[in-house]
Amino acid sequence: MSNYDIKRGVSLYSYQEEYFLGTKSLEDLIKVSAEMGANGIELISEQTFPNYPNPLDQSVYDNWHALMAKYGTTPVCHDFMLDYKKYKNRPMPFEEQVASCKVDIDHAARLGCPYTRALVSIDPNVLVACADYAESKNVRILIEVHAPLHFDHPWIIRHAEAFEKSGSKYLGFLPDMGMFLFKFPPVWKEKFIRDGVPQHIADYICKAYEDRTLSEYVILEVEKMGGVGPAIGMATTLRHNAAFEPKRMLDHMDRIWNIHAKFYQMDEDLVEPCIPYDEIIRVLKKGGYKGYICSEYEGNRWIQDAFPVDSIEQVRRQQEMFKKLIGEPAATAA
Amino acid sequence: MFDKYMICEDGYGNVQQDGRTIGFAFQARLPYYRGIGLSMVEDIGVIIDGEPVARQDIRFSVRGRTWTLDEMETEYTDRWNFAEKALVTVLRDGGLTPGRHKVQLSERIRVSYLPFVPTTRDTKELVIPA
Repeated sequence: MSNYDIKRGVSLYSYQEEYFLGTKSLEDLIKVSAEMGANGIELISEQTFPNYPNPLDQSVYDNWHALMAKYGTTPVCHDFMLDYKKYKNRPMPFEEQVASCKVDIDHAARLGCPYTRALVSIDPNVLVACADYAESKNVRILIEVHAPLHFDHPWIIRHAEAFEKSGSKYLGFLPDMGMFLFKFPPVWKEKFIRDGVPQHIADYICKAYEDRTLSEYVILEVEKMGGVGPAIGMATTLRHNAAFEPKRMLDHMDRIWNIHAKFYQMDEDLVEPCIPYDEIIRVLKKGGYKGYICSEYEGNRWIQDAFPVDSIEQVRRQQEMFKKLIGEPAATAA
Repeated sequence: MFDKYMICEDGYGNVQQDGRTIGFAFQARLPYYRGIGLSMVEDIGVIIDGEPVARQDIRFSVRGRTWTLDEMETEYTDRWNFAEKALVTVLRDGGLTPGRHKVQLSERIRVSYLPFVPTTRDTKELVIPA
């Protein structure tokens, strides 16, 4: 008997290209997700619902629940933003930030989401101040641990300590698997080359990434190679990405309740060439993870200038990979 | 992201008011994966045929309401929704002459979690019919 229960889900963020262009409706996206067996649904409400976080008609919620029932899907997580830079020349007051989070907690509850995602830059004291309210709505607030931050970064440690000190069981983590990027993504490299980065500089940056060279050295070296504009931009991506270790999640398994399965490309052989999902799933099994792993495709922005985007096929491939890695029983022919 | 979709290739043209042409308008979208409150739109820049348009000559409209760019900075309720086509109007007597015009659009938005304020650009050739 295994002590883990890894369930497959998808963030509708994955389908942003089709939703932006209006080629797929919300219902289309729920339907294709269900067909893939990605039955847990995560969403960014400021993408999915026009005018949110302003109040929405009851019909929006009724339609959402009708779609969940029709396709047998389960609401998992509403990702909230908290625009604390709403005012140009002054910070948003603490109490207003707390009130804003409560709007999102209410909304998550109305959608039937047991979790709501807080962005990583939010002050832990704001989240602690919301914990009792979140508990009253039975919604857990999860801070997204996203590159370049990681579980050993002092900012995340500060969150972990604040959560422990609060004693609340309604504050936790939502790690984004992009922090385990072990190789420079080919789709990024190809885009930078289309934008004018010389091949030898692009090759150097990819090699330096695999050598784990400190980003500041790489940027300096690219400057010495004569790199300008997009070449510096490509080197600067190393400030925001790194190959942290999946096993660092193990210290926090008691507060990891949802996961973003970030990916930039899924090749035809059903492999993400740059994020170590085999190792990630091994760690989650070892840690006894019980929860969803939600596909988060973020490749569209790297190819849309030159190629058609098929987010649905990309997610389908990742879901196929997960079936194998999780070890779901193979479907038997009828 | 979505850079190349910022300027829409439909729904543009000269703007008439009280029998005269007061400017040129085109539809624009945000290069972002969500909508954003209007107070966080720091600037919308337009360059037509190489000539920058003054900030005070730009108007922004969605769902029947119109703002100057300065007015937008204190609009704390209304939003520019994800993928929503807003109307950007350039006030200019006589509008644009018939023929091809190179329109460059830049949008600067203040995103809370980003350690910088991104400006994203798109350029399209739009044709005013004779």
